[in-house]
Amino acid sequence: MSWLTPMVMEVLIAMSQALVILLGALLLGAVMTVVERRLLGLWQDRYGPNRVGPFGSLQLVADMIKILFKEDWIPPFADRALFVLAPVIGMASLLLAFMIIPLTPNWGVADWHIGLLFFFAMAGINVYAVLLGGWSSGNKYALLGAMRATAQTLSYEVFMGLSLMGVVALAGSFNMRDIVAAQQGLWFIVPQFFGFCTFLIAGVAVTHRHPFDQPEAEQELADGYHIEYAGMKFGMFFIGEYIGMVLVSALIVTLFFGGWLGPWLPPFVWFALKTAALLVLFVLLRASLPRPRYDRMMSFGWRVCLPLTLINLLVTGAAILLLAPAGT
Amino acid sequence: MEVAFYLSGLVAVLATLRVVTSINPIHALLYLIVSLIAVAMVFFALGAPFAGALEVIIYAGAIMVLFVFVVMMLNLDEGVAAQERAWFKPRIWLGPAVLSAILLLVLVATLWRGDIGLVIEGETLTAKAVGTALFGPWLIVVELAAMLLLAALVTASHVGRSQSPDTRGDES
Repeated sequence: MSWLTPMVMEVLIAMSQALVILLGALLLGAVMTVVERRLLGLWQDRYGPNRVGPFGSLQLVADMIKILFKEDWIPPFADRALFVLAPVIGMASLLLAFMIIPLTPNWGVADWHIGLLFFFAMAGINVYAVLLGGWSSGNKYALLGAMRATAQTLSYEVFMGLSLMGVVALAGSFNMRDIVAAQQGLWFIVPQFFGFCTFLIAGVAVTHRHPFDQPEAEQELADGYHIEYAGMKFGMFFIGEYIGMVLVSALIVTLFFGGWLGPWLPPFVWFALKTAALLVLFVLLRASLPRPRYDRMMSFGWRVCLPLTLINLLVTGAAILLLAPAGT
Repeated sequence: MEVAFYLSGLVAVLATLRVVTSINPIHALLYLIVSLIAVAMVFFALGAPFAGALEVIIYAGAIMVLFVFVVMMLNLDEGVAAQERAWFKPRIWLGPAVLSAILLLVLVATLWRGDIGLVIEGETLTAKAVGTALFGPWLIVVELAAMLLLAALVTASHVGRSQSPDTRGDES
């Protein structure tokens, strides 16, 4: 076993960690599709899917069998290359962003000093999935959905970046592990409460989930940008949305709730518990809120959230300067 | 990192060529996005990950989204493709191509006479270093850029308002 040097072992361990995190994220996204429907049923006083397996636990298998065996149809009027590319971008960019999230002190894929910026980059790329999917379908409703998505993106991306700058200023780094370490005494949700609120709103908008799902509003647009998609291509958009939800929850946990920090329980359990709580919050948002008109949504982003994040950043900066020892 | 630098540089050049030669405007824009991402990779290879990340976030993630949005709204059809094809006759692109080739020659000659000994690597620049540089020796440039952007913002808001008198006031 001469090739099994410590360096090779290190590479193998890092690779297996990356694989486990990737598969875990994917699986959690898939499981969330069923968990969400059950929870929605609970909160809306109905059953939800409860027929397949005990308490509907095998619903996921049934869904998978159905979606995998559907005819993979590409409309003849579509732009073939882009039509195929769009769901790939949608899912891959969100899965890639999991790289920067540190699960426990020793678990995580990438430990970069630009960590947080990588998430912004991937969120920026992710928009093209909706845009290209809607355009290449050659369908009016799909195009309308893509148009709404773009307008919405341009309004929330600005304050999404700014809402996290308070956290970055407090931690003094873009690195996710540094940010977690800086929350040793106090979780950032306390000093950065407005940053948390605005990032939560922007995070929901990134995933195009209720109440920011105007791009795919069933009642008006008959499903928006993925109206022409069928089979596994639709499945990728669909699972991609849930993966985005898991991603944003994990990010919020890392940035505002101290990541793996917590007493008594092992680090991973804390991380998982906090993420699960936020996922449930996402579902609760969908269960309880109506869908606003999309111009209202945009003016809310520009007139309320953007000024709020700017003021938050100003106050945070002033507080840091005031509290910092003089001369540093 | 040299391999990464040359590979992503090659991708950037090829993608940019396809931007010019694409018939379909949306495809041309996609090549432009690929080119911008390749340039970001060049920054990464040179040891400036902060600049690379900003390149993806601002150019590929925000500005190009606007471009794609506008082109999507234009409802381009076969007529546009035919028109584009007509513009690609040698008579039209030959002149600019020759002029650009001369510029390229000048550039290559300048690089050739320069310091050959430089290698493609550098120490990694952190975001903190960039910020310290911007708000230290380059403060006046940052302030000037901020003023310019503010003026642009005010102008854009003014122009946008006066051109749409038929929109209803915000009733809520």
